[in-house]
Amino acid sequence: MSKKVAQLKFEGGWEYAPAPETTPVPLKSKYELFINGKFVAPKNGKYFRSVNPATGRQLTRIAKAEQVDVNAAVRSARRAYEKVWGPMSGAERSKYLFRIARIIQEKARELAILESMDGGKPIKESRDVDLPLVSAHFFYYAGWADKLDYAFAGKTPQPVGVAGQVIPWNFPLLMAAWKIAPALACGNTVVLKPAETTSVTAMHLAEIFKEAGLPPGVVNIVTGAGEIGAAVVEHPDVDKVAFTGSTGVGKSIAAAVAGTRKKLTLELGGKAANIVFEDAPMEQAVEGVINGIYFNQGHVCCAGSRLLLQESIHDEFVSRLERRIETLRVGDPLDKNTDIGAINSKEQLGRINQLIGAGLDEGAELHASSCELPGEGFWCRPSFFTGVSASHRIAREEIFGPVLSVMTFRTPAEAVARANDTCYGLSAGIWTDKGSRIFKMADQLRAGVIWGNTFNKFDPTSPFGGYKESGFGREGGVQGLLPYVRL
Amino acid sequence: MSFALKFPVPRVDQIGAEERAAKFTKRSIKNEAKAQGLKMAVAMMDLTTLEGTDSKGKVTHLCRKARQPMLAKYDCPPCAAVCVYPNQVAHAVKELEGSGIPVASVATGFPSGQYPLKLRLADVKDAVDSGAAEIDMVISRGTFLEGGLAEVFDEIAAVKEACGKAHLKVILETGELQTYDNVRLVSQFAIEAGADFIKTSTGKVSPAATLPVTLVMVETVRDHYLATGKKIGVKPAGGIRTAKQALQYLVMVKETVGNDWLTPDLFRFGASSLLGDVELQLAKLVDGNYQSADYFSKG
Repeated sequence: MSKKVAQLKFEGGWEYAPAPETTPVPLKSKYELFINGKFVAPKNGKYFRSVNPATGRQLTRIAKAEQVDVNAAVRSARRAYEKVWGPMSGAERSKYLFRIARIIQEKARELAILESMDGGKPIKESRDVDLPLVSAHFFYYAGWADKLDYAFAGKTPQPVGVAGQVIPWNFPLLMAAWKIAPALACGNTVVLKPAETTSVTAMHLAEIFKEAGLPPGVVNIVTGAGEIGAAVVEHPDVDKVAFTGSTGVGKSIAAAVAGTRKKLTLELGGKAANIVFEDAPMEQAVEGVINGIYFNQGHVCCAGSRLLLQESIHDEFVSRLERRIETLRVGDPLDKNTDIGAINSKEQLGRINQLIGAGLDEGAELHASSCELPGEGFWCRPSFFTGVSASHRIAREEIFGPVLSVMTFRTPAEAVARANDTCYGLSAGIWTDKGSRIFKMADQLRAGVIWGNTFNKFDPTSPFGGYKESGFGREGGVQGLLPYVRL
Repeated sequence: MSFALKFPVPRVDQIGAEERAAKFTKRSIKNEAKAQGLKMAVAMMDLTTLEGTDSKGKVTHLCRKARQPMLAKYDCPPCAAVCVYPNQVAHAVKELEGSGIPVASVATGFPSGQYPLKLRLADVKDAVDSGAAEIDMVISRGTFLEGGLAEVFDEIAAVKEACGKAHLKVILETGELQTYDNVRLVSQFAIEAGADFIKTSTGKVSPAATLPVTLVMVETVRDHYLATGKKIGVKPAGGIRTAKQALQYLVMVKETVGNDWLTPDLFRFGASSLLGDVELQLAKLVDGNYQSADYFSKG
């Protein structure tokens, strides 16, 4: 970068003392499967290690389900659907959901700590974002359970049956809530498969279901690697499949479900454009871009991972970003002052580093925070690439880490063209002082969620989902009921 | 606008600015960081009394408090300055003799500024002649709001000239400017007109200092420094009553403009009741338990 007259000093001086969240949480040394309202050992008696990504060491052991366990889970879900949950009135179902939402609120602190220990996300995010949204989702869909007759004009919605749901590791509890709450509200029963690296909080959610008195079999949880997810998806007695995760796996699920009676929704990858015009509120745009890409270590399918800057502000904006990433605090996820936690797994860190390598090989310039990284565990410095061309791998492939690709545009039309130049279409951000421009561009962007002068805002009342290879179907809002009803 | 500034004034999005400010309040400042931060807050404090009832006795009391805010065992530094009305300046200077603590005086028809310019300038000269080392002026908000930017600019420049060697703090009265866009604009032109410090409020208008308003001002100062290499100070005043709030401001300064601004030369708190809570917290860190407010001397 060019030589600067004045530099800001963020290192040293007044240092914050460590502020670790205290951790006497009910973490178990071993987690079982949750089938028919009971915690049961897997038939084969096998368990796998779950690692704390901030240390790289074993956190606990998780039951390794096999086909026979999946069969038991689906059987139990089918029975509960036919005998109890399907016939139950919406008003009764809503009582259970409200109760679950309240218990989640009561246990929010311990759930947040467990989420950070298991997944590596900073406690301030699991405490202030994940957990409040988890209970909000249950509250929201609890409210729909007895009002389904009013959701779709002139139609009387019926439940679909048994839902097989496979969720990712980036927002373990939140994705469970997104899937389970609307399914139960509509009268379906569930077999849930959490991600291999982040199963702990799903099992604590199962305890909450028990505490709430949810009838046995209404929610069943089987844990294991990808093949168990496939077993859930392919099980012949599953009526509805919902998947959130990578586009690659999503495609194979779509292929597996093709030709069956199963309803399918997919929420897949993204490569969202954050578009900043020269008249944007500069300071807030910088914050929005930072939040867009570094929130949850960039493990966000709707992350603003491509930054499109109007040419006239490129250099200034880049130096603002360079300064800002120096103030991001990377480290112990349980420290209340940590902004960026650990990368979720060794494998994911490998994928991120591989794509960083590809960016360098293809000639882009890397700008990384100078922060020190902890000696053990899986870590990646918040960083961004400039000099990125639309044909580079880092401009096309989802990195799913704290790495941003910066490009430029000259006119609104070019911004739209560049933003749409991707196989994905999950989200986008527009930053400008001109409100009319936001609405005009939003009409032309092929993305499911578009934020104006903000980014990464979530609310259970608002539908979320993709265009193109980012998937189909919507979660959240009244639209989020549709995948779980027959009209 | 027939008036051109040297540097650009970016727009400010209200929601984004307030969200950013709220994030600073989430920092957890504990133990030695807390002790260090609290002492810094005392050393940055313009201990202030601006009442119709101010008397020599009251000012004497305040000056002694500024010299030694707490019992010696707590190792608390003296305050940055004592801030009074022009009439009390000479007395305060006498009381603070030998302490190295400067006297700041409000001037220019504080708090409204609704007086003819020549009277406001005379007010400044009088305070400086009485020994004020720092002048806290108010801008003509009415003139600004009716579009008279150039006029306000010239007024600030004239006051700066009248200050001579005294440091000039320009009070924007952000509670009357209302929008962050206005705050950013007035911050920039106050700096270009010659302010050494920009200050949020008189303390006579509500809301006075808030974290987002001060953030917008600190961002202006930072951008000006990066463009010119010149360091301007910031002083939030009014409404900062707790040690916790003071620490949040320091966090915001540290993470926005860096460590260089964590000094009384570049950051001040204008406060009359903040010191009491800071003392309470400092004593807790030393003694290990909270004491009743009765154990601390009143300002």
